[in-house]
Amino acid sequence: MQALGKAQGAISIQNVGKIYDPGGVNVVAVETCSMDIQAGEFAVIVGPSGCGKTTLLNAIAGFDTITQGEIYLDGQLIASPTTKLSPGADRMVVFQNGALFPWKTVLDNITYGPVIQGAMAKSQALEAARELLKRLGLSGLENRYPEELSSGYQRRVEIIRALINNPRVLLLDEPFRGMDAVSKSVMHEFLLELFDTSRCTMFFITHDLDEAIFLGDVVYIMTTRPAMVKKVLRVDLPRPRDHRALGTEKYLELKRQTLEAVHEEALKAFRAGEKELA
Amino acid sequence: MDAGECALPGTSTGGYVMVLRLKEWFGNPEFWRKVLGLLLFLGIWYVLTAVLTLPRFDKIPDPVSVLREWFGTQPVYGRSIFTKLYWLDVIYSVLRTYSAFALAVVLGVSLGLVMGWSRVFFDYSFPLVEILRPMPPLSWIPLAVLILPGVEIAVVYVTFIAAFFATVLNTLLGVHSIDEAYFRAAKCLGSKPKDIFVHVVVPGALPFIFTGLQIAMGVAWMSLVAGEIISGQRGLGYAIYEGYSLFQYEQVVAGMFTLGLLGFGSSAGIRAVGFRLMAWQARKRGM
Repeated sequence: MQALGKAQGAISIQNVGKIYDPGGVNVVAVETCSMDIQAGEFAVIVGPSGCGKTTLLNAIAGFDTITQGEIYLDGQLIASPTTKLSPGADRMVVFQNGALFPWKTVLDNITYGPVIQGAMAKSQALEAARELLKRLGLSGLENRYPEELSSGYQRRVEIIRALINNPRVLLLDEPFRGMDAVSKSVMHEFLLELFDTSRCTMFFITHDLDEAIFLGDVVYIMTTRPAMVKKVLRVDLPRPRDHRALGTEKYLELKRQTLEAVHEEALKAFRAGEKELA
Repeated sequence: MDAGECALPGTSTGGYVMVLRLKEWFGNPEFWRKVLGLLLFLGIWYVLTAVLTLPRFDKIPDPVSVLREWFGTQPVYGRSIFTKLYWLDVIYSVLRTYSAFALAVVLGVSLGLVMGWSRVFFDYSFPLVEILRPMPPLSWIPLAVLILPGVEIAVVYVTFIAAFFATVLNTLLGVHSIDEAYFRAAKCLGSKPKDIFVHVVVPGALPFIFTGLQIAMGVAWMSLVAGEIISGQRGLGYAIYEGYSLFQYEQVVAGMFTLGLLGFGSSAGIRAVGFRLMAWQARKRGM
């Protein structure tokens, strides 16, 4: 997880579309969606639930195909209707419900990636993992099993397990969903500390607006299904950020703009739902 | 397996912990309730068969005569813990059951894992498994005797067959129960299919596999006795059947309890191995 001199992890999403076909009924999840995420940028994707954000994430990660458009990672085509780059350690995912292996200790979870890829010897990986845990104030968890830990600690371990592989991009799918406000703010500062030191590109999905603005360099507000980019918001709050940023004028102005855009979409989604029911 | 390296508390300092455990037991109302439950059963049995001698119960041996036959130095019918005959039966039954069980574990777990792992293999094999599985073990006896060389192997086969299917099915369920997120995470982390098999499929299915093994051990003992009654020589099932034919009912009941104890011990053994291999689960349960 050393700071990289060369900026890596630029994601270019061009006119991407995805049509699901469950039982002959075409469901358009994503339509002509484009984003240009710079290397080392913290991009946050905000949108109504079920709008197709996860579809984009799965396409970047290599879990799923797209039916239209192209996705490039550092100029290399990784997804198109005819291409799908298999999942790999350059695009690490932190899953919505957590996916630490419950049968491995914290240490074995963290060292799994580097060892299995042959990037590090087991002893070397163990040393690196111990050091990371120590630096991040998580010493003492080494030999615990994930299910013995609270969800906040599980999340932190999972983020470490991802970042130890030096990915070009970290894909996070609502990783702090369902946490209380206090735990969330601890998690935010933890993630920002890692972001400031690793500078790998972040692709972070959420529908918590405060979270989006507090964490992101750029916030993509998505439309209701089919997902398109409705508004791109640059967050020029200085880094490193801490919770005090949440009280500034600038923050409140950004929040107002975001709310407006999101509210419009929420109303649309609501009306669409009513139509479907009628 | 990584989880296996982590011993449960107390396994390394066995002797000391034994003493502690014994102390815990004797000071524990749960332990005494269990003892009392067993004594109550013996008491009711005694009253029904020796004191009241109700109709239909008068031919049933009372517990005292069963214990005298079972633990006496001079058993009337020739089988007690002091005779070679009794232990020969025990050894025969244990060897048959355990060899059948071992075979069921090796073949059943492998087949279950492969079926769960490969969709294509699943499609080929699942319908067949589902048709063969419900066949009662005893219905295999004629074919087993016809095909297999020797009655001994036929008995082991009949014991094996039910245990095998219980193991296959539970292993398969175990693999299918693994959350898709673990497979995705493993792929992200750079696993090759072989790594996913070793680090996700096997440990992920382990809880179900051990449930399956407990069931398998149970049905193995059941089919063993049935097999021994019908086509065996020696063994506890044979002893029980012989006792029945010769009106030696004490021998029947002593054989039944011997089977009960053997089955209980076997299940406890499987549980102990399971706890060791799945320390991650044991700790969650506060073991």
